[in-house]
Amino acid sequence: MSELKTAKQHNAPLMGESELHDHPVDFNSYLRRCGAVLLVVFIAVGFMIWTSFLPNIGWTLKICIILGIAACNAFVVAGFLMHLLSERKMVYTILGFTVSFVIGLFGLTIWAMNDFPKGTIIH
Amino acid sequence: MEIPYTVEARPDTGLYNAKVGIWLFLASEVMLFGGLFSAFVLLRVGAEPGTWPHGWQNVTLGTINTVVLALSAITTLMAWVACKVREFGKFKFFHACTLLLALTFLCVKMVEYHEHLNHYEIKLKDGQIADGDMVENNKDADHVVIKGRYVKSEMELYDLRAQKDIPESEITIPRAQIDDMQSYGPWHNNYLALYFTLTGLHALHILGGSIVIGYLWGPGRKLWKKDPERFTNRVEVSGLFWHFVDLVWIFLFPVLYLT
Repeated sequence: MSELKTAKQHNAPLMGESELHDHPVDFNSYLRRCGAVLLVVFIAVGFMIWTSFLPNIGWTLKICIILGIAACNAFVVAGFLMHLLSERKMVYTILGFTVSFVIGLFGLTIWAMNDFPKGTIIH
Repeated sequence: MEIPYTVEARPDTGLYNAKVGIWLFLASEVMLFGGLFSAFVLLRVGAEPGTWPHGWQNVTLGTINTVVLALSAITTLMAWVACKVREFGKFKFFHACTLLLALTFLCVKMVEYHEHLNHYEIKLKDGQIADGDMVENNKDADHVVIKGRYVKSEMELYDLRAQKDIPESEITIPRAQIDDMQSYGPWHNNYLALYFTLTGLHALHILGGSIVIGYLWGPGRKLWKKDPERFTNRVEVSGLFWHFVDLVWIFLFPVLYLT
């Protein structure tokens, strides 16, 4: 069976079938897509750096803007490079559970931030 | 006995097993880094106003590493695409690029660590603080030499962004005058402890990913002749891990270098 599989794959056409997308993988179109993603990432990074050096803006606003850009950047990388925009339901289920646990992790930490045990001395 | 579902998708998940495995692993990684990021948030929010460091990192080096990692994410993906279209020569080229970029990232990180570990805060007995890069620290000598400046209080050292063109000169300090001397390692303060923990863990992931990519590029490539589709799946799985490492850096860079 293994030999049959190998023989079949050696005769595979230049345009391979992607199990992920159920449509052909084209090298040049991927190269163009990667170029576009790279451009977006570079622009986003440049914008983050520029924002961080802006005078007359408080740190709270700066952090919000910078993290917002970072989130967009992460969406582009995860969506296009990790193919998260066209994944199977199983992957979304795993990620859904993960995200809910992470939100819980952050939420509990922040919620308990000022919850000191009785008798705690703060210097 | 043949291992099932290494190439074809399982009917119930719609994915081959290694892919389900890597996504579960990445979920655990999200929790690991999530815990550390939440520690960062907790300490950052809880810090007294004006005591959280700004401008302590070399933004140029951080930007170089961001560019390097973004490029490596592209070369990893293109290596997988090359496997998909059965062009093994291109796969070798793109994965070699990924390896080189990973090594570049680690080298830049080492330069950054060296900069921090060679930077000292020296508290003097008269209450002044000398801060700068160590030039001479011979244990037998009765003095140390740094290239930096004197400040009256630690508060002056926190926001370096606000202080433009800080004058620096070579300062010789007799050891008898030194009360305490500490480099900017993870022991220095909460910020640096988090910086070294987060970036150190991330660098370990880069190292681990490089070993896997190096294996697929070197001895692991034998599988290509036997079962190219299975080899392509291995490349995809290693690529997913690499993209995750890139994603972590996308947040580490602004959090540690820019805010």
